[in-house]
Amino acid sequence: MVNRELETAERLPRFVREVLLGDRMAGMAEPEPADAGLALEVKQLNAYYGSFHALRDVNLGIGARQITAIIGPSGCGKSTLIRCFNRMNDLIPSFRAQGAVLFEGENLYGRDVDPVEVRYRIGMVFQKPNPFPKSIYDNVAFGPRIHGFKGRLDEIVEGALVRAALWDEVKDKLHQNALALSGGQQQRLCIARALAVAPEVLLMDEPCSALDPIATLRIEDLMRELARDLTIVIVTHNMQQAARVSDKTAVMMMAEDRAGEMVEFGLTNEIFTNPKDRRTEDYITGRFG
Amino acid sequence: MSAGAIARERVAARSRKRTLRRAKEWPIYAFLFACAAVSIVTTLGIVAVLIEETANFFGEVSVVGFLTGTEWTPLFTEKHFGVLPLMNATLMMALGAMLVAVPLGLLAAIYLSEYAHPRIRSVVKPVLEVLAGIPTVVYGYFALQFISPEIVRFVFGGDTSLFNALSASLAMAIMILPLVSSLSEDAMRSVPQSLREGAYGLGATKFEVATRVVFPGALSGIVAAVILAGSRAVGETMIVTIVGGNQPNLSWNPLEGMQAMSAYIVQVSLGDTPRGTIEYSTIFAVGLMLFVVTLSLNVLAQWLLSRFREAYE
Amino acid sequence: MTGAGALRGVGGRAVLRRNSGRVFLALCLAAVLAAVMALAVLLVTVTADGIGRLSLDFINSYPSRFADRAGIKAALAGTLWVMAFTGLFAVPVGIGAAIYLEEFAPRNWLTRAIETNINNLAGVPSIIYGLLGLALFVRAMDLGRSVMAGALTLALLVLPIIIVAAREGLRSVPPSIREAALGLGATPWQTVWAQVLPPALPAMLTGIILALSRAIGETAPLIVMGALTFVAFTPSGPGSAFTVLPIQIYNWISRPQAAFQTTAAAGIIVLLLVLLSMNAVAVGLRMYFERTRRW
Repeated sequence: MVNRELETAERLPRFVREVLLGDRMAGMAEPEPADAGLALEVKQLNAYYGSFHALRDVNLGIGARQITAIIGPSGCGKSTLIRCFNRMNDLIPSFRAQGAVLFEGENLYGRDVDPVEVRYRIGMVFQKPNPFPKSIYDNVAFGPRIHGFKGRLDEIVEGALVRAALWDEVKDKLHQNALALSGGQQQRLCIARALAVAPEVLLMDEPCSALDPIATLRIEDLMRELARDLTIVIVTHNMQQAARVSDKTAVMMMAEDRAGEMVEFGLTNEIFTNPKDRRTEDYITGRFG
Repeated sequence: MSAGAIARERVAARSRKRTLRRAKEWPIYAFLFACAAVSIVTTLGIVAVLIEETANFFGEVSVVGFLTGTEWTPLFTEKHFGVLPLMNATLMMALGAMLVAVPLGLLAAIYLSEYAHPRIRSVVKPVLEVLAGIPTVVYGYFALQFISPEIVRFVFGGDTSLFNALSASLAMAIMILPLVSSLSEDAMRSVPQSLREGAYGLGATKFEVATRVVFPGALSGIVAAVILAGSRAVGETMIVTIVGGNQPNLSWNPLEGMQAMSAYIVQVSLGDTPRGTIEYSTIFAVGLMLFVVTLSLNVLAQWLLSRFREAYE
Repeated sequence: MTGAGALRGVGGRAVLRRNSGRVFLALCLAAVLAAVMALAVLLVTVTADGIGRLSLDFINSYPSRFADRAGIKAALAGTLWVMAFTGLFAVPVGIGAAIYLEEFAPRNWLTRAIETNINNLAGVPSIIYGLLGLALFVRAMDLGRSVMAGALTLALLVLPIIIVAAREGLRSVPPSIREAALGLGATPWQTVWAQVLPPALPAMLTGIILALSRAIGETAPLIVMGALTFVAFTPSGPGSAFTVLPIQIYNWISRPQAAFQTTAAAGIIVLLLVLLSMNAVAVGLRMYFERTRRW
């Protein structure tokens, strides 16, 4: 029987581990230092919906504990790409992927790989907040419960809500229905829910597009906090957001045959001040898209 | 006449025609409203008819005696008017049917909503629709000629009566299974896909998504479906008449025959009961009970359904 | 177990979750299979019992004390007569009510009451309609135990179904068509009659056929309002006594002799064939009109 708690805890930042494990901490390894190589490596990724070629020859390296933004005009395949990182596209029957997405040396699309396990390690926050019609507590506890955490749910829930900067606002009403929260709070709840299973990578598919500007800024602050321990990939159609928040940016474009292509990838500063590809420049200066 | 005068004449004529047209149309609107009002007249008719004859009935029989009496012999010379044997039979057979149909129907609904490949759905759904469309007299035949001898007697021994509550329950279960299944499936499909995605994103398996997110999310719709199926089973007539037994029998043993409320009404109707007698009014009294029970269940189910729809729309 | 191999889900808990998922799927499939099997067994039983008894003689004879001479002529005729009149009453009233509710009714409490009422009527047990028919049509309106009284009773029974089906048909017509007609100066009724009703008719037709096929199988309300169970004649008019197919079948079922059970099975086959053809027509119509739909 794998001890899920210990295994998960190894991935958590120190302060959360102390909450969860207390004296069992003795003898555990220190977490790896920041800037430790690539969390995800995408190699020649091609994706199809039936006969429609959605992504063509995408190559990308997502740096660990960094925020990588994927930007591009509507329909260029950003959502398709990010959903390849946690096998969410599997839910669509006509989807097919070729190429490799490497995570800790293993191809996520390898033959024996269980998508359920992938999604346990790589979490996702969606565009429109989608809390379950249950209490706030049950929303956050859902992930740990299905993965077999029996005791200490209270602490895990609290830890996740703290990390998501929501604890102070909901600590007195944990058993209230989650749908009573505001849009921004719901999205932070969804972030807490994803954090509760301690993923190593957090994928965010346009997480702020349904929120007002103030809620958006709060979540951007939160992302910078989380990125100290977590790899974050964010899809956004808001270039200012990408510029504000990310360390690296990937620019995608739609080719003539409507397939999505990676046009340029590099440090955010450089992409926005000194883009190398003409299409990137056009997009950033608003000439189209 | 000048062109302008001609034009004015024409416009005046046109608007006169239009007002005339609209005025002449009011009988149409009145007819259409009357059509809609037929439904109200129907309900009022049902209530009036049931209450009037039941009032006659309660002129001679005490309400308390009716509702609590344990012997029902209105057709014998020594008359007892306790409705409990009939009520008990109806409820037992309905509950028995639900015990079988609800689990099976819910499992089928979850399968169709969450697991089934579209091609399989296109085969299974028509099968269920056919089951729902088979006349109840056919189910009665099936119960008498197959369920009773081949199943009930096979399991419980050859000297079990052919007419028993269990056979009626099993036949009714097959009949209401499609109702449970299709209404529950509708409820589950109303749960937004974004909730499922949220659960999958956390690493849930399909089983966990179906049972811990979709099913609870559709719960009030599903409960409404179950209640509607129960109401249908309570109101069912031909199956319980053919195979359930035609003697009132206050018993907990489903292997015995017992006469249900609707079966009693059929029994009297097949006979030669003159109007104005106490026996004639009994079928309305029993009918009123049946109506009240099914109406309450239906109203409850509709209320649950409206709350469910509010939540998701 | 982090590192290579962890993504395979080989830990104990992962296996447990996968297996419980598989067990659950098996249960679901078993349930579906049970339903399919039940239908199959039912059809096979009935057919096996009755097919031998089916013959042209059977269709052309009246019921008899002797099982081998009994036939469904009277019942078939009665069914046709009753269905014709049921349709005659229920279809116009049902369509009229649907048009009123869908196109003209104001959004007020009265309309909501009517709609709630129709929903409730759809759930009233059919035998109650029989009681209504008995007291109202047979006795109060003095129509006696006639085809007319039976048809009126059944018409009230299927009215909610027809109204719902007709409303669906009306809803399938896009609002733009109504706007176009009204914009040209047509009155609301002209709009409905000329522009909304014609395209809605196919969908309505399908629903109507399905409602009538439900009425054909109804036994209890007609027994209660007094259809006879032994009829050796075909109805001569809307005022005559009658029997219908399901009641005839019930009559045979309730006789102890095995030969009558066989006769009942034959009657059931005829009834199911009639239903099958009606449903096939409805489905065929639906498919035909889906194909020729212009939007």
